[in-house]
Amino acid sequence: MARRVAIDPVSRVEGHGKVTLMVDDDNHITEARLHIVEFRGFEKFIQGRPYWELPLVVQRLCGICPVSHHLAAAKAIDQIAGVDQLTEAALALRKLMHFAQVLQSHALHFFHLASPDLLFGFDSDTAKRNIVAVINHHQALALHGVKIRKFGQQVIEAISGKRIHGIAAVPGGMNQPLTAEKIRPFQQQVGDIIDWCDDTVQTVKNLYLRNRPFHDNFGTAPAAFMSLVGPQDQLELYDGELKVVDPEGKTTHRHPCPQYHTLLKEQVKSWSYMKFPFLSNLEPETGWYRVGPLARLNTCSHIDTPKAEQRRQEYINTLGTPVQAPLAYHWSRMIEALHCAEAIKKLLENPALLSDDLLNQGNKRREGVGIIEAPRGTLIHHYRINDDDQVTMANLIVSTTNNNQAMNESIRKVANEHLDGKTLTPELLNLVEVAIRAYDPCLSCATHAAGRMPLELELRESDGKRLQSLLRNSDGNLVHAD
Amino acid sequence: MNHSVPARKVRVATCSLAGCFGCHMSFLDMDEAIVPLIETIEFDRSPLTDIKTVSQCDIGLVEGGLCNEENREVLHQFRQHCTYLVAVGACAINGGVPAMRNHFSLQECLEESYLNGIGVVDAQIPSDPELPALLPKVTPLQTEVKIDFFLPGCPPPAAAFLELIQAVLENREPQLNYTIRRFD
Ligand code: SF4
Repeated sequence: MARRVAIDPVSRVEGHGKVTLMVDDDNHITEARLHIVEFRGFEKFIQGRPYWELPLVVQRLCGICPVSHHLAAAKAIDQIAGVDQLTEAALALRKLMHFAQVLQSHALHFFHLASPDLLFGFDSDTAKRNIVAVINHHQALALHGVKIRKFGQQVIEAISGKRIHGIAAVPGGMNQPLTAEKIRPFQQQVGDIIDWCDDTVQTVKNLYLRNRPFHDNFGTAPAAFMSLVGPQDQLELYDGELKVVDPEGKTTHRHPCPQYHTLLKEQVKSWSYMKFPFLSNLEPETGWYRVGPLARLNTCSHIDTPKAEQRRQEYINTLGTPVQAPLAYHWSRMIEALHCAEAIKKLLENPALLSDDLLNQGNKRREGVGIIEAPRGTLIHHYRINDDDQVTMANLIVSTTNNNQAMNESIRKVANEHLDGKTLTPELLNLVEVAIRAYDPCLSCATHAAGRMPLELELRESDGKRLQSLLRNSDGNLVHAD
Repeated sequence: MNHSVPARKVRVATCSLAGCFGCHMSFLDMDEAIVPLIETIEFDRSPLTDIKTVSQCDIGLVEGGLCNEENREVLHQFRQHCTYLVAVGACAINGGVPAMRNHFSLQECLEESYLNGIGVVDAQIPSDPELPALLPKVTPLQTEVKIDFFLPGCPPPAAAFLELIQAVLENREPQLNYTIRRFD
């Protein structure tokens, strides 16, 4: 008889969730289900609000990447305001803010959430697998992480007034320029930030290569990749066209952003509040794809900053292309962090940051689509308004949602290789969490929507009857909950 | 009052209910101050640790209001185990942005996302027993349990968290002065 195993909750990812494993008579895992258990209802409750509120309200779906939501909404309402081209100053400020955001988010993920697994091992003592232990045992590394994140947050604060949920973008532009006094300290610090990011790329590379065969195989389920790319096919985070490559790395789509809805569809499943996007020319079972740093380094042909490009070549030359291993997310993520630091350095020299030519105007339209590469991948915001400037329709596809099926496939792979008979083990719980964490899922965004992800393993029969359950309690020990 | 290092570390649990994690991020915005801080506090259940259930703690920091049955359960566990329970941020104190759904029925919100959405296939409202029941309204924490301290702001600044912890260490009332008492 088929059985179900559930894992709840998953820690050290940003959000809430639970995992059920469906097991058949041969102890083979037929399906893994990462349940997103919270629901916010943004698409409905935003209706009736004036469209210019969107960047302020929508960023409060996610305090980890609020700038990504702020700017994706801003790009959509630029179009509603009839503005297709921002002023040079507004564009420079937005890009600076966005690079700072991707930098701080990547630093948070690596140093605060994922590094404990990589530094201490997937099966190390729970009490040790957290940022406090990293500070105690690898203080220099931890402090670099804290300072890289701080730098990104301070740049965001200088532009928007606050580190989290500031006010910066308005329809057609930005609300204020930077000043030379605000920029100066960043110019002094950015050299160190670049060096520390480069060091961290080396650290992640060494950690990956230390046990390469295991890392190559861990949770690897080949799939297509999607991201924005720039006009020369370069890595691009703020704007561009949607590009999709198939599992072999061959380009299958280059798609204009406003028509995203002809590229993608979303399947609803009864067991999760997070939908399952897929390429509309395929079926839900075959059309799933991945987004985020791993995808972006597979879709782009180069990076337009020198150190990150050098690191990209080293990465591709080592792992081949396209890179499929979920654990390579960590390596690609830090290459992107390095790119962001370099791009920030270049932008800080741009005199346009001081200009007050910040606003363009146009003729009002009824609809706008804003697509951006958020830290965790492609983020899509789509709005329609009525004659009274009120929102009548909102559709969001957030980064983590794009990775929904991919995460389930990786969990299934890991669980199939490590589930020992029908007995739940702490090792399995750890490994499932490591696989999920590689994607840096932000479940806070994902259900517009979710929060905590603490983890419990459950073994279930197909009729839902719970046979066995495993939970980690507050002293780090595992207890059987039944 | 004795300001020297306490004999025992203050144990802190944190969780995010119907919030956005921005309050947790703001806590981390203390930057390098986390290094001396972990000399005086230790973390219990928190998104930063692998601990899944809350045990006896001095301080429980709760971000976000209540939107489903599981949120309520977690809140009650926190109340049971924490000496000082703290409502952190606008969502915990007033419901915040998630409470904007209270202007509509829950059913309307679910239908918009899962039945009427653009490009939706297999349209259905998720109903699996693994999903905790949603509450008809999103409500603040104090509708359910007694709250000892409130940290206002969206999010409260890092300095507000530090002052709160310092006050508990020194066994006095927290003093949120004008600069760290925010109402955004
Ligand atoms: S109060 Fe603000 S920062 Fe805190 S959880 Fe709510 S929306 Fe996020």
